Amino acid sequence: MIGVLAFSRPEFPLFLHVFGAMILVGAATTAVVAQLAPGVVTGDGDRMRRFSFRTLLFAALPAYIVMRVGAEWMYSKEFGDSTADDPTWIGIGYMTADIGALLLLIALITAGIASRKAKYRLGKASGVVAAIALVGWIVAVWAMSGKP
Amino acid sequence: MDLNDWILSLHVLSAFALVGAMVIFWIMIVSLWGTDSTSRVASLMRVSQIGTMLVSVGSLGTIIFGVWLAISVDAFEIWDGWVIAAIVLWALAVELGRRGGKLYGDAGTEAERLAAAGTETSPVVAETFGASRALQFHAASSVLIVLLLIDMIWKPGA
Repeated sequence: MIGVLAFSRPEFPLFLHVFGAMILVGAATTAVVAQLAPGVVTGDGDRMRRFSFRTLLFAALPAYIVMRVGAEWMYSKEFGDSTADDPTWIGIGYMTADIGALLLLIALITAGIASRKAKYRLGKASGVVAAIALVGWIVAVWAMSGKP
Repeated sequence: MDLNDWILSLHVLSAFALVGAMVIFWIMIVSLWGTDSTSRVASLMRVSQIGTMLVSVGSLGTIIFGVWLAISVDAFEIWDGWVIAAIVLWALAVELGRRGGKLYGDAGTEAERLAAAGTETSPVVAETFGASRALQFHAASSVLIVLLLIDMIWKPGA
């Protein structure tokens, strides 16, 4: 009964959206640091490229999907019937989510190739692309919470 | 944006830093599960350093800006039930996280030292990065953080 009540309230999509976004930010940070930080011991390069790729694939990508599903669900409940223009913060959210998705996919594919073929520069490029997406998502967090 | 919007923004960004750090540590724990390789653990110490920095910034930011917000916003009071629950959950989560972090940190430092000395495996490292007391502390802290997030979103009694 409690579960049914929780799912029927608008807070649940918000929880899904925020929790997914938090995991996404944590996972993307992990992948970026793993790709861009200098190695500590011999053989670090291959290990860290593989770690970064797996983090993006098994943590960041599912978290992005959860964040996005929560966002759409929330949007349909809050603005679904409205014919007025969306507020600025919604626009920032959609823009960073869409561009972020593209950057996440590029980072994921390049990290996969870099991990499989031991390509140092491609690994670094993946880290830079993921870092750009991460900055965008942090801007989105500011916009979503401060609602400028 | 007025001052309260900025405080809310910084409070939420701090919460992202705190949960982001929790996620970083979970990814490391899963990745290093049961390993006795000192070099594998040592490799991830850079990632752990960022997690430690984020957890410090996130913990302090959430409580400072959260309490500031509870005082500053007319709709909320510091003695509201959900605000008190949040402060208690925060304190418990931070303390349990600190204890877990200390155990993992000690094992990580030991792994770095052994890896530098050429020792490839360590039973202490394997024990810590398995079903250890450190894991129990980290799991308990994570559950409390999720409860804290639920409390913040549903605001029971508000």
